[in-house]
Amino acid sequence: MGLFSIRRRNILPGFGLSMGYTVFYLSAIVIVPLSMIFFNTVPMGWDPFVHAVTAPRVLASYKLSFSTAFFAAVFDAVAGLLTAWVLVRYRFPGKQFLDALVDLPFALPTAVAGICFATLYSPVGWLGATLTRWNIEIINSATGIVVALVFIGFPFVVRTIQPVLEEVEQEIEEAAHCLGATRWQTFRRILLPHLFPALLTGSTLAFARGIGEYGSVIFIAGNLPMKTEIAPLMIMSKLDQFDYAGASAVALVLLLISFSMLLLLNAIQEWQQKEYR
Amino acid sequence: MGIELQNITKKFSGYTALDNISLNVASGELVALLGPSGCGKTTLLRIIAGLELPDVGKIILENKDTTNLPPREKNVGFVFQHYALFRRLTVFDNVAFGLKVLPRKDRPNRKEIGDRVEHLLKLVQMDWAIKRYPSQLSGGQRQRVALARALAVNPKVLLLDEPFSALDAKVRQELRRWLRKLHDEIHVTSIFVTHDQEEALELADRIVVINKGRIEQQGTPQEVYDHPKNAFVYNFLGNVNVFHGRIKNGKVTLGSHHVDAPDELKHAEEKASQAFVRPHEIGISRIRSSETDLTGTIQEVRLMGGQIGLNLACEGFDHPIDAEIPRDLYINLELAKGDTVFVSLNRVKVFTGDYVI
Repeated sequence: MGLFSIRRRNILPGFGLSMGYTVFYLSAIVIVPLSMIFFNTVPMGWDPFVHAVTAPRVLASYKLSFSTAFFAAVFDAVAGLLTAWVLVRYRFPGKQFLDALVDLPFALPTAVAGICFATLYSPVGWLGATLTRWNIEIINSATGIVVALVFIGFPFVVRTIQPVLEEVEQEIEEAAHCLGATRWQTFRRILLPHLFPALLTGSTLAFARGIGEYGSVIFIAGNLPMKTEIAPLMIMSKLDQFDYAGASAVALVLLLISFSMLLLLNAIQEWQQKEYR
Repeated sequence: MGIELQNITKKFSGYTALDNISLNVASGELVALLGPSGCGKTTLLRIIAGLELPDVGKIILENKDTTNLPPREKNVGFVFQHYALFRRLTVFDNVAFGLKVLPRKDRPNRKEIGDRVEHLLKLVQMDWAIKRYPSQLSGGQRQRVALARALAVNPKVLLLDEPFSALDAKVRQELRRWLRKLHDEIHVTSIFVTHDQEEALELADRIVVINKGRIEQQGTPQEVYDHPKNAFVYNFLGNVNVFHGRIKNGKVTLGSHHVDAPDELKHAEEKASQAFVRPHEIGISRIRSSETDLTGTIQEVRLMGGQIGLNLACEGFDHPIDAEIPRDLYINLELAKGDTVFVSLNRVKVFTGDYVI
């Protein structure tokens, strides 16, 4: 498929028009604004660029941003799958309420979430007090960042898995049971492969969202240089110092890494779907 | 005994799906559960498989009480109406599934699994598709794969839930014959559910007619077809003309017409009765051959393949009568719409009772 199928007769009319619209739309909304990062960075020259993006503080922030986003996405994958399962498979009072709760992280200003977490986990907060006694530090630590990112990414996973799970026919599971499979075997061998693409999509979204998340994280992370500074914060602090070129440079690298990771994940999905469709 | 069902009762919120059903199926027998939709036949099949639990009753498979076993311990092969193949698995992996999920100590090795799957796919004539995915197969092909998958675990009994009803007529007929042949080769105790009387008559060793959660009649196709116990069975096994009338003094009224009552009703007191005549048991002639012949006018001619369907308005009858005659006869008699012909009712079946069509 792709570019070379244009000449084939298509059932949907107006390929040219709709493709033109898509390209225009993506350009106006995504490509042009983002290209500004590139054009802002170019006048800087190569050496200052390399210098800016390889500064130890910057490198540490990349590492932190990607690793916390990754762990949060993995956690969301498991927790989101479970939540989606409960919401789809069981009937219980308050289900509607629970279902609505899932979307809250979408609606809430992320700074509000950040402040909530900071209050809850501070050494005198409800949870923080107990955790501090056990010597577990959430606030001012990478763990805290993961906690915030889990919250932010959670709805993505639930909402992508839910419709796929709803689609699974009861007969498929019954067939597996009749063939002697245990519940776990049915889940592991039949349901999970079926849900995998949605799970991957959901956690990719959570991951991408986590890399860019700023508002909720800065309130809980403590923003200690080399320790709990995330990449978006590096960009902000450079802007605060009127180092626009430096900020663009950091942003450009962040953007490139994120984009190539999303491309890779999409490729994995494509390859997953290819055979049986 | 392959399958023994004892007093199975199942109620769903308010209505009784199965009402005290007892049924025995001999080892190696192929039995059809025949009935209209909603009669409980699929529920019965699901109960045998353990996919539903009966409220009352026992299920004994090969002399072992399996009433409360979960499906995976019953060792039952189940074929679903809509195939229920595993979409993400190849044909090979679908068929191998039941073997791969066996506990390690019982599980055959890779080579044995491969051989068995290949053997089964040959048996269902699908060995050419071993590497395909279900979405690449037609409905009939999918159902063959589903059958191979069910047979892979050497089930004690094979249960088929309307296995052909999602297929088109031609494929359905072909698969039906093929399944009969397959059953003659492998002799696994089988029950299949159908609402298609032709399918049941053609395929089964024995037919169990079910209506409203009860068994109306069971017997060989011949018995059930020729000696239906009641009006429901007779009606369900094929097209019929119905005449509502009365039995009086050993005679049955059909419109303005009378026929002799059957022996068992000769001396019955006067009561309402229903008389049935199958369309193909109606004779059509240009010449009156007996004084009991009716006079009818052809209102409509329908081409039905080998048979011709005639819709006849007969003197003394309120409702038109459907007849089916061989095409040759139709041509020889040079029949056409509007012609007047003599109609003989060759086999009239009379029932009394509450059943109303």
